[in-house]
Amino acid sequence: MNTESDLAEALHHAVIVDSDHLGRLRSRLAASAATQGLLDVAYRTIDTPVGSLLLAATDTGLVRVAYANEDHDRVLQTLSDRISPRILHHPSRLDTTARELDEYFAGRRRTFSVPLDWRLSAGFRAAVLQHLTDIEYGHTASYATVARLAGHPKAFRAVGTACATNPLPVVVPCHRVVKSDGSMGGYLGGPDAKATLLELEAAA
Amino acid sequence: MSRKPPFEAIVETHGATVLRVCRAVVGAAEADDAWSETFLSAMKAYPALPDDANVEAWLVTIAHRRAIDAGRAQSRRAVPTDSIADRADRADRSEPDPDLMAALEGLPDKQRLSVTYHYLAGLPYAEIASILGGSADAARRAAADGIAALRRSTVVATSQTTDRTTR
Repeated sequence: MNTESDLAEALHHAVIVDSDHLGRLRSRLAASAATQGLLDVAYRTIDTPVGSLLLAATDTGLVRVAYANEDHDRVLQTLSDRISPRILHHPSRLDTTARELDEYFAGRRRTFSVPLDWRLSAGFRAAVLQHLTDIEYGHTASYATVARLAGHPKAFRAVGTACATNPLPVVVPCHRVVKSDGSMGGYLGGPDAKATLLELEAAA
Repeated sequence: MSRKPPFEAIVETHGATVLRVCRAVVGAAEADDAWSETFLSAMKAYPALPDDANVEAWLVTIAHRRAIDAGRAQSRRAVPTDSIADRADRADRSEPDPDLMAALEGLPDKQRLSVTYHYLAGLPYAEIASILGGSADAARRAAADGIAALRRSTVVATSQTTDRTTR
């Protein structure tokens, strides 16, 4: 005679759930949620020469690009806390962003056209980040120069902080900000990622 | 500050269980739509859900209410088990037991729902009582009666299952 737990297990087997089938239901759920205006944050990941990048977008635009070393699960939790917990994996909202990043990493794109949602940066940091697009592809600027561009020449340390907390790395080019002595300086994606991006842009 | 997991994590953690519940409650033919409606409805309400809520009980409650609203939970008949049997052909899956599923579908509503919510969704009887109405003891008795009926009707089928797993 079966025990109760055997029967419970047999019930689970009787109502088997196929993971491909569940995957299709999940994709359909994300699409329906987007259509009904319930999807506050859509995300996906892409593989790049600087590792896996997490891309997240609101209705307004691209809101977050995150390196693997930032821990994608932690980044998603932060998006849940700061924007909305209505977050689903929904690659199609990020198709254009993914394509433009692919082109960038292939050396075929110098600027990005996707709309940006700046809500994760505020005040002076936001002002600094918005000036970074003034540094052209293949060029670099010092922290002091960026401070001057942002209208606060003495605030070069704050420029460093703004770059270190850039919610949109690669697309908002904080990797083009280097030390006044020409050395690379830090980078939120790690020094290797910064070197890779600068070499890519120098070669193209 | 709210520390609510991203909704994707809720779907990841509970998606399979909710699908099992939907199959047992509304039948395989309508289970996919019931699953989608349950999660859409849950996503709408998710920001207001208390952080310490029992998420699985909350999802099962939503699935149950939607089934009631659609008049499905009470009036359904046993569905053909073809789609489930088809999945058994996949080599990487342990074989499902269509006889047991049919037996579950044949139980009276209160027994079927109590068995489903306790044994498939893992809800305590107090939660089941608040979903179905009545007392926790009544839910426990209904589940026990349901299990006894399943055992009577599937002695042959379950012994076959045991044989398969030992191969």
